[in-house]
Amino acid sequence: MTDTLKTSDPASPDDPQRHDDAAGYYVPGEPLTGREHAPDGPLEERWSKRVFEARIVNPANRRKVSVIVVGTGLAGGSAAATLGEAGYQVKSFCYQDSPRRAHSIAAQGGINGAKNYKGDGDSVQRLFYDTIKGGDYRSRESNVYRLAEVSASIIDQCVAQGVPFAREYGGLLDNRSFGGVQVSRTFYARGQTGQQLLIGAYQALERQVGAGTVEMFTRHEMLELVVVDGRARGIIARDMVTGEIETHLADTVVLASGGYGNVFFLSTNAMGCNVTATWRAHRKGAYMANPCYTQIHPTCIPVSGAHQSKLTLMSESLRNDGRIWVPKDAKDADKDPREIPEDDRDYYLERIYPAFGNLVPRDIASRQAKNMCDEGRGVGPEVDGVRRGVYLDFADAIERLGRKAVESKYGNLFDMYARITGEDPYEVPMRIYPAVHYVMGGLWVDYDLQASIPGLFVAGEANFSDHGANRLGASALMQGLADGYFVLPNTIRDYLADSPFDKITEDHPAVVEARQAVQARIDHFMTTKGTRSVDSYHRELGNIMWEYCGMERTEDGLKKAIDLIRTLKDDFWRNVKVLGSADTVNQSLEKAGRVADFLELGELMCIDALNRRESCGGHFRAESQTEDGEALRHDDQYAYVAAWEWAGEGQAPVLHKEDLVYEFTEMKQRSYK
Amino acid sequence: MKFTLKIWRQDGPQDPGGIRTYELDEVSEDMSFLEMLDVLNEQLIAGDEEPIVFDHDCREGICGSCDLMINGEAHGPEVTTTCQLHMRSFHDGETITVEPWRATAFPVIKDLMVDRSAFDRIIASGGFVSVNTGAAPDAHATPVPKENADRAFDVATCIGCGACVAACPNGSASLFLGAKITHLGELPQGQAERDSRVAGMVAQHDHEGFGGCTNIGECTSACPKGIPLDVISQLNKDLRTAIKHGH
Repeated sequence: MTDTLKTSDPASPDDPQRHDDAAGYYVPGEPLTGREHAPDGPLEERWSKRVFEARIVNPANRRKVSVIVVGTGLAGGSAAATLGEAGYQVKSFCYQDSPRRAHSIAAQGGINGAKNYKGDGDSVQRLFYDTIKGGDYRSRESNVYRLAEVSASIIDQCVAQGVPFAREYGGLLDNRSFGGVQVSRTFYARGQTGQQLLIGAYQALERQVGAGTVEMFTRHEMLELVVVDGRARGIIARDMVTGEIETHLADTVVLASGGYGNVFFLSTNAMGCNVTATWRAHRKGAYMANPCYTQIHPTCIPVSGAHQSKLTLMSESLRNDGRIWVPKDAKDADKDPREIPEDDRDYYLERIYPAFGNLVPRDIASRQAKNMCDEGRGVGPEVDGVRRGVYLDFADAIERLGRKAVESKYGNLFDMYARITGEDPYEVPMRIYPAVHYVMGGLWVDYDLQASIPGLFVAGEANFSDHGANRLGASALMQGLADGYFVLPNTIRDYLADSPFDKITEDHPAVVEARQAVQARIDHFMTTKGTRSVDSYHRELGNIMWEYCGMERTEDGLKKAIDLIRTLKDDFWRNVKVLGSADTVNQSLEKAGRVADFLELGELMCIDALNRRESCGGHFRAESQTEDGEALRHDDQYAYVAAWEWAGEGQAPVLHKEDLVYEFTEMKQRSYK
Repeated sequence: MKFTLKIWRQDGPQDPGGIRTYELDEVSEDMSFLEMLDVLNEQLIAGDEEPIVFDHDCREGICGSCDLMINGEAHGPEVTTTCQLHMRSFHDGETITVEPWRATAFPVIKDLMVDRSAFDRIIASGGFVSVNTGAAPDAHATPVPKENADRAFDVATCIGCGACVAACPNGSASLFLGAKITHLGELPQGQAERDSRVAGMVAQHDHEGFGGCTNIGECTSACPKGIPLDVISQLNKDLRTAIKHGH
């Protein structure tokens, strides 16, 4: 039940008309049950029940069954390896020059596993509960429980592969507490856990390549999904070296192509991360769920100038000892911070949230930093007329603990900061600013990770499942590997048990049409000969998204953003400039296709954010906050998954609601005052 | 800041290629090296010249995609990846020469982009532990002494960028090989396949056209992750043992 907190929203919640902000921007559709393939009964028995009930493909027949896996990060790499081990005929695709370079590699912190090795009261039940709460009651109980349940097996698997997790002197694995939870359940490999886990999955994948069960296609980009008679049957991909448009057909397609944070242009994602694989599937009928749920990380290195190409995250553990402040007076913004006296500083988090201070949750820390900069009190270089940075000051910590202690705790982060900014954080306060880091939204999937197109499966950050409206620290790696190693290989077999499917060939009309669509798009980009570079469009889209669909969203701002995006999209298609030819490496052409899809996704994200007139997790609507400025959910109206169906070019998308039913947990509002 | 950039341009594997010179003004010292190239590319596009092709992705020093020879040094003057190199490491007015990795086993694809797929084939020839998903015992079943675990981690931080090969006068990938052999060799999980691993990986290494190691040490000084030279001693030791065991 919702706690009865007072809302600043003047509208009465029982006036549904008042709250249909997105009216006219969408068409209501049939509700979804979200119960497909989801077993009933006690929570703790559901997954084993499904594993048992999912049919098995006879081992002798598996080599006749083909699977395409797009993406080689933690989810895709582990899925392709595991399906290869099981004996299926697997084709694995990545846009990078090697599967080992997928962006999972950049995750720093760690991976949660409900092992209770510390004997501190952890359990599957507790990890389940923490994840549900962390997701602000916008995820499915059955999925989250399953995630917590398989988490322990992930750790076993990785250790067996030779992943060098941190260990104690006795030789056993070390754990730390992460993201404000009360137990130590995070396994880590210094600040490079993602790298080590990905190399584990990559080696398992290369082992299968060597064994001949997986065929690897690097420097290949999926540009279209092939759907035949309502089922996903293959992909159209471009060989990014020769430019050849290739058709790959299979019995089923798995998308593990990651998240779409790069719609904001600046994010902590890798430069190549994109939405194209999932967006092409969306246009072919796969629903996109909760696209507005975005996680913004408060402790990133600020933008240094108009040339900025990406942002770098620093572990938020920095907030344990650093104090965040801005000058009280905007006039001091360009002063040497060391010369600003204590009385002229505003330690705003300590002032507004005395109980939690600098350790308030990510979204609050992020939003308040934005507020300070909007007031003109930001620090650091002025970019486009605004200083976007706040100080994170370690002077007190250095005085209290000594430089040595600070160095041993944060040395690597300080070095990274110094390398990027050229400033010494031991002497001058760090500057930080929030950046887009992860997206909880993605393609809608059922309990089996199957999308709304039969035969299409989606894993990892590419799907919407499990996290809800926000994600706990050290849970992205867990979900990627849970999906790839344990969930998908067990659920996909039930679908494949219906094989053999009808034989299709490359001259099937649906295949020809998909290939022609890809070719037409490429031809368009190569012949437009406009005046603006692809990057300039991407940067402008990013600015719109960051301004109106970033940390704080409003009805007016979102409507404005939709207009701006539509105008930009129109201009993009008429005026984009791609030089060179399509039959060789052409990085502008690659980016043009991605930006085209980001433009459409950006609009849908705004519509989704407009529809959800509540604040939950990573989504904050200014119209829905408590008197104290805290996020306010409306469980009576929005306790659902918003699954959007593509309705065609220029048509309003169709909204399918999947009600979230909480059978085992009580919905609560959070409070950090 | 202002720079004269001499950059290798090559249309494709068959094109002989050559250095082209560009002038770039208004460079900020806070730009990363790759952001400087982004700005140059925008300038080229505006002037209807095809932008320079180069590999890059995470831009935070961990994916191993970026790979430029800058003034003859792999990843340039600092011990870091190209993406983590900033323009403040150069002097205003300097001439900077940028080339692709130099190695027989890394053929040029276009401009500054090379083909490093040989590394994947080396890993596929034994750089793993054969354990199928679901077949693992409990993670605490086998304690690993902390010093072995730490050493395994230190060498497992290799990002597979290929700087070691590019820096080596012999074009050898011994540091890359040694890092993987040592990572898995330090751990109990890696023992069962220890002989076959080194034999398979070395055979593939030689087959790909990488050269032999003559203990010059350029590899380790160019390595952005500081993989130490003694992993090559470990590699040779493991190889001798494997040969003795009949591999």
